[in-house]
Amino acid sequence: MEKIIQIFILLPLLGFIMSLIIPRKHENLLSRTAFGFVGFNLFCLTVFVIYWLVNAHPNLNLNEILIYQTKGYEFLLDFYFDKISVVYLFVGSFLTFLVTIYSRYYLHRERGYKRFFNTVLFFYLGYNITVLSGNFETLFLGWEILGISSFLLISFYRERYLPVKNAIKVFSIYRIGDVGLLLVMWLSHHLWHENVTFLKLNNYELVHEHLQSHSLIGVFISTMILISAAAKSAQFPFSSWLPRAMEGPTPSSAIFYGSLSVHIGVFLLLRTFPFWDYQFSVRVLIAAIGLITAILSGLTARVQSSVKSQIAYASSAQIGIIFIELAAGFENLALIHFAGNAFLRTYQLLVSPSVVSYLIKEQFYNFTPRKHSAEDSLPNRLRYTIYLLSLKEWNLDWLMSEYIWMPIKQAGRKMSFMSFNVTSIIFAILLFSGIIAFQIENAIPGNLHRFMPEFYALFGLILVLKSFAERGNAWHAFTLILMNNFMVAMAISFNEHFEFSHTVLYLSGIVVAGIIGYFSLYTLRKKEVKIDLKQFYGHSYKHPRLAFLFLLVCLALSGFPITPTFIGEDLIYSHIGEHQAILALIVSISFIVDGLSLIRIYSRLFLGTPIKRFHEVGFRSS
Amino acid sequence: MKKKDLYFDEHKTLHELKHYLPAQAPLKDFIHHNTLHAFQNQKFYDALQQASTIFGYKTSLSLNDFRNLHNSGRINDKILEKVIQDRKGKAELSLWLDRLIKHHYDYEIDSRIGKLKQHWKNTYKIDMDALVHPILFRITCSYLDQGISIWNFPIEHRGFLSSIKELEKLSYSSLFQSERVKKLLLHTSCSISSLLDILIGDSSLYEQYLFDTQFGHQGWSGMVAVVEDNPKTLLDHKKITLNDFIVFELLLQINALDSLSSWEPLAKTIKQIPVPIFDEVVNTEFHEVITLWQDAFEWSYYDQVLAGLSAQVLMELQTTVKKPNFQALFCIDDRECSIRRYVEKYDTSCLTYGTPGFFGVEFYYQPKNGKFHTKLCPAPVTPKYLIREINTRGLNESDANFSKHSHSLFRGWIITQTLGFWSAFKLALNIFKPTTTPASTSSFKHMDKFSELTIENKNINQKIDGLQVGFTIDEMADRVEALLKSIGLVDNYAPIVYLVSHGASSVNNTHYAGYDCGACSGRPGSVNARVASYMANHIKVREILLGRGLAIPESTKFVGALHDTTRDEIEFYDEDKMSEAIKALHNQNKITFKKALDDNAKERSRRFILIDSKQSSSKVHEQVKLRSVSLFEPRPELNHATNALCIIGRREMSKHVFLDRRSFMNSYDYKIDLDGKFLSNMIKPIGPVCGGINLEYYFSRVDNPKLGAGTKLPHNVMGLIGVANGIDGDLRAGLPNQMVEVHDPIRLMVIVEHFPEIVLKAIHVTPETYEWFENEWVHLVAMNPEDKSLYYFKDGAFSSYKPITDKINHVDNLEVLIESSEENFPVYSIN
Repeated sequence: MEKIIQIFILLPLLGFIMSLIIPRKHENLLSRTAFGFVGFNLFCLTVFVIYWLVNAHPNLNLNEILIYQTKGYEFLLDFYFDKISVVYLFVGSFLTFLVTIYSRYYLHRERGYKRFFNTVLFFYLGYNITVLSGNFETLFLGWEILGISSFLLISFYRERYLPVKNAIKVFSIYRIGDVGLLLVMWLSHHLWHENVTFLKLNNYELVHEHLQSHSLIGVFISTMILISAAAKSAQFPFSSWLPRAMEGPTPSSAIFYGSLSVHIGVFLLLRTFPFWDYQFSVRVLIAAIGLITAILSGLTARVQSSVKSQIAYASSAQIGIIFIELAAGFENLALIHFAGNAFLRTYQLLVSPSVVSYLIKEQFYNFTPRKHSAEDSLPNRLRYTIYLLSLKEWNLDWLMSEYIWMPIKQAGRKMSFMSFNVTSIIFAILLFSGIIAFQIENAIPGNLHRFMPEFYALFGLILVLKSFAERGNAWHAFTLILMNNFMVAMAISFNEHFEFSHTVLYLSGIVVAGIIGYFSLYTLRKKEVKIDLKQFYGHSYKHPRLAFLFLLVCLALSGFPITPTFIGEDLIYSHIGEHQAILALIVSISFIVDGLSLIRIYSRLFLGTPIKRFHEVGFRSS
Repeated sequence: MKKKDLYFDEHKTLHELKHYLPAQAPLKDFIHHNTLHAFQNQKFYDALQQASTIFGYKTSLSLNDFRNLHNSGRINDKILEKVIQDRKGKAELSLWLDRLIKHHYDYEIDSRIGKLKQHWKNTYKIDMDALVHPILFRITCSYLDQGISIWNFPIEHRGFLSSIKELEKLSYSSLFQSERVKKLLLHTSCSISSLLDILIGDSSLYEQYLFDTQFGHQGWSGMVAVVEDNPKTLLDHKKITLNDFIVFELLLQINALDSLSSWEPLAKTIKQIPVPIFDEVVNTEFHEVITLWQDAFEWSYYDQVLAGLSAQVLMELQTTVKKPNFQALFCIDDRECSIRRYVEKYDTSCLTYGTPGFFGVEFYYQPKNGKFHTKLCPAPVTPKYLIREINTRGLNESDANFSKHSHSLFRGWIITQTLGFWSAFKLALNIFKPTTTPASTSSFKHMDKFSELTIENKNINQKIDGLQVGFTIDEMADRVEALLKSIGLVDNYAPIVYLVSHGASSVNNTHYAGYDCGACSGRPGSVNARVASYMANHIKVREILLGRGLAIPESTKFVGALHDTTRDEIEFYDEDKMSEAIKALHNQNKITFKKALDDNAKERSRRFILIDSKQSSSKVHEQVKLRSVSLFEPRPELNHATNALCIIGRREMSKHVFLDRRSFMNSYDYKIDLDGKFLSNMIKPIGPVCGGINLEYYFSRVDNPKLGAGTKLPHNVMGLIGVANGIDGDLRAGLPNQMVEVHDPIRLMVIVEHFPEIVLKAIHVTPETYEWFENEWVHLVAMNPEDKSLYYFKDGAFSSYKPITDKINHVDNLEVLIESSEENFPVYSIN
């Protein structure tokens, strides 16, 4: 029976690949492929669920797809099917099915019709992988697909400034969630000494036994899970990305940010429920975050004067309540609440343009000069303060940039005393001395050897920070990222006996992607003369293929599951000891900034308003 | 005392700004107008280049578009050569032909606007717009909001800036981080020039800087200016001025700069002052090339039309139809062009007329239970009358999904778990089987079909809000007389005269007001049709009319009706007041209308690629109807897209020419207006109404991202007054891409059937009217009604025009033609 689960991954995958192959001019075929595959998947799912229900609805686990194995380490794809998967799969397939049919007409004649359906199907694939995942590795794979397809959907109107800017913003927050998950995976290795499956998490004795001896690790893992979930589900303090994601065509906003994408954080909590179920402090924390979000987002929703941001904040507030429900242990209620909220917000967003005629009519017939609102009874000073704070979204957006992104950028700028050439020389020296040191490893004094991993990782971090702050030269920014990856590999090599084959595995993807990346940049420079990062250049308008190629390069470099680097990344974490929190932290920040810097290079070069304005383009503020 | 400034006059600059900013009203009052109205005092082509150089708009199709049109044969070679010869002389023909067709121009769109503001980024690496715009837009939107937010802006009736001041004063939180800005706001008068003294420091740059900032978000600035001048356009009145808005923005700018460790006024640190935006614009060769292409493109179409019209053998139709079955008056709207053709096809002994769709009766309308009045006449007119709806039957439906309760925390909690599942069902239902919902707008809901209207004035002294309720008998007679005489319907009355107004239906459409009747201020014309019919049926009115030479037989009945241009349905009014004899005739006619509507739907459907137009008319019609209630349909109808002509004359003039729904048609009989008295009244609104529609389509088409609203798919409704992309975007004025993508951007050609000297006199009626023609924003041709010779108006005079097109093809079977293509058709002659 569990073999059947694969169908729900394979069908979307097939649909996605088909949609890539169909030429863009075949609108009809494209949209039919999309809703055909999604519809068929929905049908199969329905049949299967009935069969499953009749047969005593067991929790199914399918672990057989072994991707990589080496001494003491294996990378397994694992799938899991229970009532949570059923609800998520069903809601997801149902809504995606409706929205693909809807978009078939809605997007008719739109530039990027194909791109839209490609991305939607890609998203759907990622969603299904995530909700069917049976272990953290598989979940992470789907999670990454969700992140990148979100980025692509928000920046769907890539020739305008605001969508691109907001897409980067949302991607940055997602990146925090990604690293949260990476750290979860890191510590899980040490806690379980294997790729633990979600099925095993249901085993109370097993979990209890492990947690008893490592209660701190348990709390840490749970906290990381919570951070990832909060980031993905627009909870405090990350809420402000949600309304900003509403830049794509309305149907995509409706399905992703109104319903599916934004509930993935809830899914993560549901999935790991047995793990944190007995950690009281974690439950309090989850409830607290839910409560704060419910209040702040709830208030913010009340003052919104644009229809989409109102729906976004209202949705975020409801998810806050779902967090509370989960913390209180009402798993089933949370599931029902998720489905209801997803359906309602999708519908509200889809009919949002109608709000004009509907409310104007209502106003025409029922207008009373001033409607009383609940807040009127508050004293003026308090009322004004809360109103103003809600209007400013409780400064959450500002908080993110001021305390997370600005410090990173400033740190990068601080490194400007080292010129690119100097940096390169240091890099070369470190690389060679590292290789030599590797040969004579036993001769290195223990004290020195102990700090080498941190040292290399730290230098890698400096490189990637420099890359993030680079404005003048895209080559430099790109090269710095490649160097960083080498430094991280070196660091880990010194850490434990990282086998040479592991380094090769990790770097193979990097090197190939690096070469293709250089080739793309070279081609672009030949065509466009200067390639700096001072503004958005929008070259995808003239060079769409090159843009796509470079996007693949960026994905590969940021550890997206299209090259072995993805597994390498996981492998690296498995070699960081459970007491090496600093090393783990440095490597994690490195990964965050690495991804940000890559997406920044891609966006600046290829997205935004085309710099050569031979055709009509929008205002910056539009 | 304020010192007088040589360079900067605040009042004058604000006035100038308002002149140039988009003049689009809030969504519910959407009315078409010339997007570049500020440049209308110049010749069309000069205006295009100016607007392009100053504001960076793309003001025509691109060179490649023109070349493609030429390659596909849409731009005629002969016309192209003639255009070049006319403008450049015979000697330079080959030179210019080469430039037009082959020469490579490295033309980049650039603008003068925005350059001065750029200084902040260049000097301090500070992204001023990113820091200022979001909060500026959000506060302004919250202040003006008409009903989206649950918790409204807490202070009202004080004006924009005073409200912000109050909020700042009495709040623990602040909009500003800078203490200096807080002090400026709370303790100084905050004039624009005093703030500019801090920011810029050199008054010769103030005006340019203000233009730079305001055109950084022309949508919001334009909206503020419109609301300031016309506060009634918001049902929930809000006091705001452009001055307040600018002051707030300047404060935010100072606040942003104060976050730097140090900064100096712009004038102190700027190295090179950019070109003043209104400096003289030099004509470029590229612009000349575009001008020639545009001319050639336009005349390639006009020439066929003129050839087609002048080839008509003048048949005296009115005399051939001795006893018409019925007469029907439609709006001049280009969308009614084809329905008239089909009505005439199915009843060869009927006569149709075109007249502005408010039927000459101007008033405010107050529906039953309505809290406000709606203007039902052309936008520039200010009526003195009020028509009220009484004794209705219908009730307004509501939809819980729009309930704001779902956005509040606790009720939302209940609602998501209950109503949420209901939404899923409704969504699925609408996708698979679209039906009308309370959210959709329907022209038929404008007025309850069975209601009564207070048309006749009972007491001249009784006024409501300064408006007279209903019309007196004399006032009625004046209006009916003007209506009938202007279109030449002065004798030979049929038993039934229909007054067919029009409106539109759609769902999920923020621009719904733009789909209704332009002559009724963007509302359906049903009330006007009923009111005008009532007047014409009134016995006392008829008595007066008899005295003025209009002998309407007692047996003749005027019947009001409404044509829904989206659904192609007609509703007739006051059918219960018809006599049996009339009713029998009317039922016959209804069959004619039914068939005509089916065919009309089919003709329209050829533009909708997703409908197979080869099916039978009634089948196609069903699918066309579905579009008006489908949530996912961004093009319920195509409105005025492809409009290009305005014909003022008798029906016979164009009856046998296939104009492909591209013409406004105003009926007019020169014989009863030899001195052109009616003509000048008729021609007055042609510029602002038809020309306005045409130019708004033109500019929204040629530069959709800047002058139009861009694609409507990502639009987000802001405060019920406008749309923006995402949540931080500027308001988008103009038309969305989905409305204009099939439009051919050519100017309106007005063709009047009268002697050129009379037409010349008529266009001089007011200087504003004359400006439209003089400056070539619309073309004008006079057609001699006796010998059909043509005269083109240019540089203040008419000169003879002979079409180059020698033969217009004939089409026997229109249905076959319509099924053949979705593109624009050339002109054909038809039976």
